[in-house]
Amino acid sequence: MRIEKRLQDSRAMMYLSPLLALLLTLVSGALLFALLGRPPLGSLYTFFIAPISDLYGLSELAVKVTPLLLCAIGLTLCFKAKIWNIGAEGQFVFGALVGGAVTLQLADSEGVWVLPVIIASGALAGLVWAGIAALLLTRFNANEILTTIMLNYIAVNLLLWGVHGPLKDPEGLNFPESALFASQTLLPVLFEDYRVSIAIFIALFMLVVIWVVLTRTLLGFQLRVMGENHNAARFAGFNGKKLIWLLLLFSGAMAGIAAISETNGPVGQLIPTLSLGYGYAAIIVVFMGRMHPLGILLASCLLGLTYLGGEMAQIDQGLPKSITGLFQGMLLFYLLACDLLISYRLVPGSNPTIKEHKV
Amino acid sequence: MFENILFAMVRTGTPLLLVALGAMMSERAGVLNLGQEGMILVGAACGFIAAYAGSSLGWGVLAAVISGVVVSLLFAFIALTLISNQVATGLALTIFGTGLSAFLGAGYVGQTITGFNTVKIPLLGDIPLIGKALFEQDLLVYLAFALFAAVFVVMRYTRLGLIIRAVGENPDVAHALGYKVMRVRYGAVMFGGAMAGLAGAYLSLAYTPMWSEGIAAGRGWIALALVVFASWRTERILLGAWLFGFASILHLLLQGYGYEISPNLLAMLPYVVTIVVLVLMMYRQQNQGLFAPRSLGQPWHSPK
Repeated sequence: MRIEKRLQDSRAMMYLSPLLALLLTLVSGALLFALLGRPPLGSLYTFFIAPISDLYGLSELAVKVTPLLLCAIGLTLCFKAKIWNIGAEGQFVFGALVGGAVTLQLADSEGVWVLPVIIASGALAGLVWAGIAALLLTRFNANEILTTIMLNYIAVNLLLWGVHGPLKDPEGLNFPESALFASQTLLPVLFEDYRVSIAIFIALFMLVVIWVVLTRTLLGFQLRVMGENHNAARFAGFNGKKLIWLLLLFSGAMAGIAAISETNGPVGQLIPTLSLGYGYAAIIVVFMGRMHPLGILLASCLLGLTYLGGEMAQIDQGLPKSITGLFQGMLLFYLLACDLLISYRLVPGSNPTIKEHKV
Repeated sequence: MFENILFAMVRTGTPLLLVALGAMMSERAGVLNLGQEGMILVGAACGFIAAYAGSSLGWGVLAAVISGVVVSLLFAFIALTLISNQVATGLALTIFGTGLSAFLGAGYVGQTITGFNTVKIPLLGDIPLIGKALFEQDLLVYLAFALFAAVFVVMRYTRLGLIIRAVGENPDVAHALGYKVMRVRYGAVMFGGAMAGLAGAYLSLAYTPMWSEGIAAGRGWIALALVVFASWRTERILLGAWLFGFASILHLLLQGYGYEISPNLLAMLPYVVTIVVLVLMMYRQQNQGLFAPRSLGQPWHSPK
């Protein structure tokens, strides 16, 4: 077997490779379960199907999809332009911290303005956090991968400081947690007895917005050109720095709203382990979803499912919850491996040089 | 006081030194592996588990190094043989390594072992001020010094170092000259894996002899910044590692002077310092292209 460059990228493989990656992940998962002495098919069922086999499960999936989708929406635009924002996690955490602080301040306030103010504060905080990376990149040319990662760690430590210090619940038996948020500061749920909130509509709305931006506007064209070739973008007269600012700020705001969808939704307070790694999982969502709005919707469902599956495997089979991360990592690995088939094809035979000599 | 600070600085800098040496080697060969954090975590988990199960620190170190190499091969296969995007593949390695290490180590949280003890080198250890920092450390620190010296010599004085650099600067030319680009790159990545694994072992067997989820705490990323800071030069990596080590233990100094600051805020310091250093470096060079290996991060496969 050897690999040979295709004359033209294969569109079919572009769509098939995520499916192939999922299939390979399932096979590896079955092997893993077998190795652990669990029934492979039954365990896969527990992990991937049982969690969404009833209405409650489906609503829980929507709960997990909301923050993933919001983070992924911002990252999609960044990655399209090849701005490697790995900082959705930190923007999420900082958004939660500031949004949480504002929420606690508004515990006794009533009125229709309360929720919009909270959402805006989370968005603004995420935006500011991403703005730091934008400033460092545009002004000092500091690698955005490293700066956004560092900002992730800083944000997590700030959150820890908050819940250990100024934001700690005075009646909380000394647990590092904030007080429970007042009920009027929580996002309204869509259905009684289910935890899915109106935030899912914000996510879906923004998904439509970026679909329009990507396909129908000059901005979408600009960032595609920038992603293809930074120099071409400059020759075309696009203001690269302005684009970088715009994309990072937008992406930060989305992560900040994602944070509010968690803190003022299913969680209802600030806790140290607020994010289950949504910011990192969103990176996988973007790659799996091919940076296409519909694709990232499907991919965030799949990644959301890995969280539910991990919880189920923990409850049902006593496996560590971290099996979620394992499945997420496998998915991305397999996806990148399968993506070879987009621009290359496998050909049988091993020694092409001899053939060339005959010609 | 200063003796103890220097001692802690060298200890704290050791995992960074190890990871950065390995990362620099793969970058010098043209491969950008952002999976350092994942490899450290897997090394730390496997090292701890092996040391715990075999009740021997030696087995722990060996297991850490081997596991580091194994996961680096995953990266190498996908990034080099399957010609994937190196940035994304490195991220995948970190996500995968974080999950895998947490999964493997789940049963070992809270377990304790006796870690590496310090070994004082006679006479040298008695040198005032720097004696304790350099010659009264544990075996892994000495090993790190030795590896630093080895990398320094290889990169500066040997043919192998020249070949690695050629492959990183211009793989096409290196290939035309008959060097095995793929083999060199695989080797460099595996060396990086071994070093990150060793750094993991240092964390879970010597620094804080225990396993906890995410024990690497971003050291893999800091090490990557360190390589940029060092302009891909070995001797600067040692200085950089100590500088970062110092930044991480700055709070000892502050506490010594009676400052009371929340430990969570102090824990931010190394990351803040990393950003500041990155900015200063970039500001000074204006563009890192001056020092980075020419083909860094660019996919290459043997022309037919």
